Amino acid sequence: MLELQGLSYAVHEDGGELGILNDISLTVGDGRLVVFTGPNGGGKTTLAKSIMGLVRPTAGRILWNGQDITNLGITERARQGISYGFQQPPRFKGLTVRDLLTLASGDGKLSKDRCCQYLTRVGLCANDYLDREVDASLSGGEVKRIEIASILARNAALMIFDEPEAGIDLWSFARLTETFEQLHAAGGATMIIISHQERIISLADEVIVVGEGRLRHRGTPAEILPRILEDTLPGCPVLTKEAKAQ
Amino acid sequence: MMDTEIDRGLLEKIADLIGKPVGAFNIRKDSGCDGRQSTEHIEITSKEDKPGIDIRIKPGTVGETCYIPVIITKSGLREMVYNDFFVGEGCDVDIVAGCGIHNCGGQESRHDGVHTFYVGKGAKVRYTEKHYGEGDGTGGRVMNPETVVYLEEGASIQMETVQIRGIDSTKRSTKIVCGKGAEAVVTERLLTHGEQTAESDMEIILDGEDSKGRVISRSVAQDHSEQVFYPRMVGNAQCFGHVQCDSIIMGEAKIKSIPAITANCTEAQLVHEAAIGKIAGDQLLKLETLGLTEEEAEDCILKGFLA
Repeated sequence: MLELQGLSYAVHEDGGELGILNDISLTVGDGRLVVFTGPNGGGKTTLAKSIMGLVRPTAGRILWNGQDITNLGITERARQGISYGFQQPPRFKGLTVRDLLTLASGDGKLSKDRCCQYLTRVGLCANDYLDREVDASLSGGEVKRIEIASILARNAALMIFDEPEAGIDLWSFARLTETFEQLHAAGGATMIIISHQERIISLADEVIVVGEGRLRHRGTPAEILPRILEDTLPGCPVLTKEAKAQ
Repeated sequence: MMDTEIDRGLLEKIADLIGKPVGAFNIRKDSGCDGRQSTEHIEITSKEDKPGIDIRIKPGTVGETCYIPVIITKSGLREMVYNDFFVGEGCDVDIVAGCGIHNCGGQESRHDGVHTFYVGKGAKVRYTEKHYGEGDGTGGRVMNPETVVYLEEGASIQMETVQIRGIDSTKRSTKIVCGKGAEAVVTERLLTHGEQTAESDMEIILDGEDSKGRVISRSVAQDHSEQVFYPRMVGNAQCFGHVQCDSIIMGEAKIKSIPAITANCTEAQLVHEAAIGKIAGDQLLKLETLGLTEEEAEDCILKGFLA
């Protein structure tokens, strides 16, 4: 179980303090799939990163399976079963797809068959990719899918995905949603997915709208999806003006 | 031959040799010959006029490997060696060179070598040289390898040059002249640390029509070490050349990369790319999220980069 207690993150700007996360408290039970959604710049990624240790909160506590991990580094958290799929994964000159999956799995002798399974689940063929370097020769979408495959290989108890759909084509996206659905159905992992995609949002046990560094709304997809649309349309002054003029 | 633990360790590091090699070989140890074997197709003889050997490979020799490693285990030893390779038409062979220095004394140990290849029509050569130094003496370990290659029509060389560790000072020079339809691919890997200095001067001359040249250089400079690269590609005919230099800089190191491309023909197509940078922070973070410590992540990135 993951518990966030009064989590805040602030940066100093022009002599003042700017709150990126403001007193967030949240509990995610084992095996749950939670989607964070909401406007750009609302704090979703910062919140997810603070769970992995990539961002150090300025106040509050993070508990993982009852243990306070607030002061643990990234490596320790990874070793305790937390994993993180980056929105914009880095590239590595000289490291192959197989190297990355092997590192992620922690099994020095990861078989080709296993690699193949992970890659198939993100819509890639192992024969074409295993020996390729994860460098600039791969497209953004390919790197992104390899990143997700590395999280599957990691097989951690908590999987965090930051906008897994970004940069991925429609066909691969369908495969990806299926993979998330299967993972969730298998029940082995707790998942936090940052997403704006209706199809991913509809897979969630709980949808949380994050905005201005706070949890603005929480509920099931059926409760939250209409709210998101409601928030979107009147939010645009031009649209509202035009609507009034008509 | 290969009497001591030090000899065996050095030979394994520089030529992946464990036990007596199969096929043609010449092992040079402390300026003497520590073992030699010619085969039906590959003949190795000593030079009469200066230190070094001639290696003659009969035309049409396919699938054979020739080992010519050099090891130095005496502190203060300095040598200059000339090895010439005559590779006959239509050959397809591997040549494994390399130099290992174990210096546990206070004097400088130094190996300077000039390797000249005459590669006949349509012949293919894969040439590997690894340079490695060890020993806890205060004496320097110095290597200055010079490689000159002449490729006849349709010939090719794939040259892999690696300096792994422990060479205090190196000045390497490589010159390859490509005839019609010939192809040269040079892969360079270099790691310097401590107070080491390395300079690599490379020139690929694309003389013949449809010749191709490619240089892929990757280096890592750590601590206070300094590296200078001068890869040059000259196109004198319709040809294609590509120079790619990538370096990772760490600590207080300094790296200078000066690639040059020269076209003397309108049909010459030449490209160069050079980049120097530190290990990216997001690479380290990504590997840490996979459970590696920062040190393990750094090692992993460097190992992959120099692989």
